[in-house]
Amino acid sequence: MSGFIIQRLLQAIVVMAVMSVIVFAGIYSIGNPLEILIPPEATQDVRERTIARFGLDRPVVEQYFYYIRNLLQGDLGRSYIYNEPVLQLISGRLPATIELVLVSVLGALFIGVPLGMLAGYRPDALSSRIIMAVSILGFSVPTFWVGLILILTFAVELGWLPSGGRGDTAELLGTAWSFLTLNGWSHLALPAINLALFKLAIMIRLARAGTREVMLGDTVKFARAAGLSEWTIMSRHVLKLISIPIVTVFGLELGSTLAFAVVTETIFSWPGVGKLIIDSIKNLDRPVMMAYLMLTAGLFVTINLIVDLVYALLDPRLRKGGAA
Amino acid sequence: MSDPALKPLPGVAPKAVSPWRDLWWRFCEDRVALFAFGVVVLLVMMALFAPLISPQNPYDLSGLSLRDARRPPGFVGSGGYTHILGTDAQGRDLLSAILYGLRVSLQIGITAGAVALVIGTSIGIAAAYARGFVEAILMRIVDLQLSFPPILLALVLVALLGQGQAQLVTALVAAQYAYFARTAFGAASAERSKDYVEAAAATPLSARRIVFRHILPNAMPALIVVATVQIAYAIALEATLSFLGLGLPVTEPSLGMLISNGVKYMMSGRTWISVYPGIMLIILIVAINMVGDHLRDILNPRLDK
Repeated sequence: MSGFIIQRLLQAIVVMAVMSVIVFAGIYSIGNPLEILIPPEATQDVRERTIARFGLDRPVVEQYFYYIRNLLQGDLGRSYIYNEPVLQLISGRLPATIELVLVSVLGALFIGVPLGMLAGYRPDALSSRIIMAVSILGFSVPTFWVGLILILTFAVELGWLPSGGRGDTAELLGTAWSFLTLNGWSHLALPAINLALFKLAIMIRLARAGTREVMLGDTVKFARAAGLSEWTIMSRHVLKLISIPIVTVFGLELGSTLAFAVVTETIFSWPGVGKLIIDSIKNLDRPVMMAYLMLTAGLFVTINLIVDLVYALLDPRLRKGGAA
Repeated sequence: MSDPALKPLPGVAPKAVSPWRDLWWRFCEDRVALFAFGVVVLLVMMALFAPLISPQNPYDLSGLSLRDARRPPGFVGSGGYTHILGTDAQGRDLLSAILYGLRVSLQIGITAGAVALVIGTSIGIAAAYARGFVEAILMRIVDLQLSFPPILLALVLVALLGQGQAQLVTALVAAQYAYFARTAFGAASAERSKDYVEAAAATPLSARRIVFRHILPNAMPALIVVATVQIAYAIALEATLSFLGLGLPVTEPSLGMLISNGVKYMMSGRTWISVYPGIMLIILIVAINMVGDHLRDILNPRLDK
């Protein structure tokens, strides 16, 4: 087992190193940050000093190693636009994104799985067809469009909910959270629904597909023969059998929802990391882009590593290694 | 007879039925899916013949007048005809703009889907055929990429490559090819390990012949399902990127761009500029997805009754 862990850890480190080279090379091939850093009326002297201060006169390879050295010491550089350490900038915005993502994904899980099981239990019933139609809609309609319609309906036409911002927040563990206040919830509602719809569709599909297959199997046949009620069969046996893929996808989706939050945050002016990255792409704020991409890559590599290790724990055949 | 795929269809003699005819018959059993297929065909036709059926050429700037801008549906403009869906901020007839936008969206979606299909399938089949070291490296890369959300990848690539159709398609292909590679690999490696392929590989038949005659045809059905879904996804992704201001240049707007252009007028009650292109976009994506969804159901042997 320890051999397997070391192998996968090494693999994760190699992936991160390769990612850092690709991302660094990519980001350094676009735009000219000097246009942002130096005002057009600056003297030649000021220009040269600014270029030297950011190390932009150095060869790219040297800049890369300089960046990596700082990165390993926990220094991700300073934003060109906000003139703040990037780490501080991102960690200041992170709670808003995490809050939004958790509310949406948990909502999608607890609503989607029962609906999907219902649709899988009686695949030809009208209710099941409606559930599946909703799930196809959730899958198909682009997130930004749903967001616009939500704003148009609930904020502009009905005036029930605010169209953007985080609203009132309350302190918990030294961070401000919206979900602790009623006003915060009213701001959270629309973006959370927006972000949850796609996940809801995935949960419904997974639960339906799993249920349909399990219902045809022997477990259900024997449980029925044993005289168990349909409710007991569904909640005890079917739910347990379909839960493994759902838990896996749930874990993976948690990560990808962080990425999807980019769109939702932009529409609802939710002050999270996603809005920050869009702004920094538009402003060519290299350090912020670089840091965001490295952190996201790190997050995904970590999630994959955990999934691999958990699988290995569950399935001894994988521990022998080698299996790609 | 334990393999359900070998079971003859009810009411169909189990003799020479080509798999494609069989697929088509089973597809037609579901009215809703057939309707969705009809909608897709209709939309593709509308996009193809957009220059013939749209009342105005939205790219011809000399035909536009700002006096006609942002007029509600039903307005009779300076051109002398009725703007059924109103006009947009540049004074373009919205119906014409939508038809041309549909053209751009479909073109990008299909191009990206087709290129991703070819690249992804090649990688998947190459990995399955070569096995060993090549397989390990190729599929590790594919799996790694699958774990990243495509939207993030496309976002970054568009930011890195700059704006334009070719750049956008490149970003979409890079974000999507891995799905084809996974699917092709799965189907091809199942086929590769069957005895008849082993036997064929032991004869002097060329690898190309084995791949194209035996492995590829067996991987096709699954790939078609992925292709339909991925084309819909590419269209949605392009619309999203355009909406975020990272997609195509403004001169030849896709549906996503039209929506994005109308957003600033939405809050002041001029909703049609965004809403109609949006409805067209949704009809397009939903119809393609419904076709793909039904295909997936009929191709899944485990659900065979």
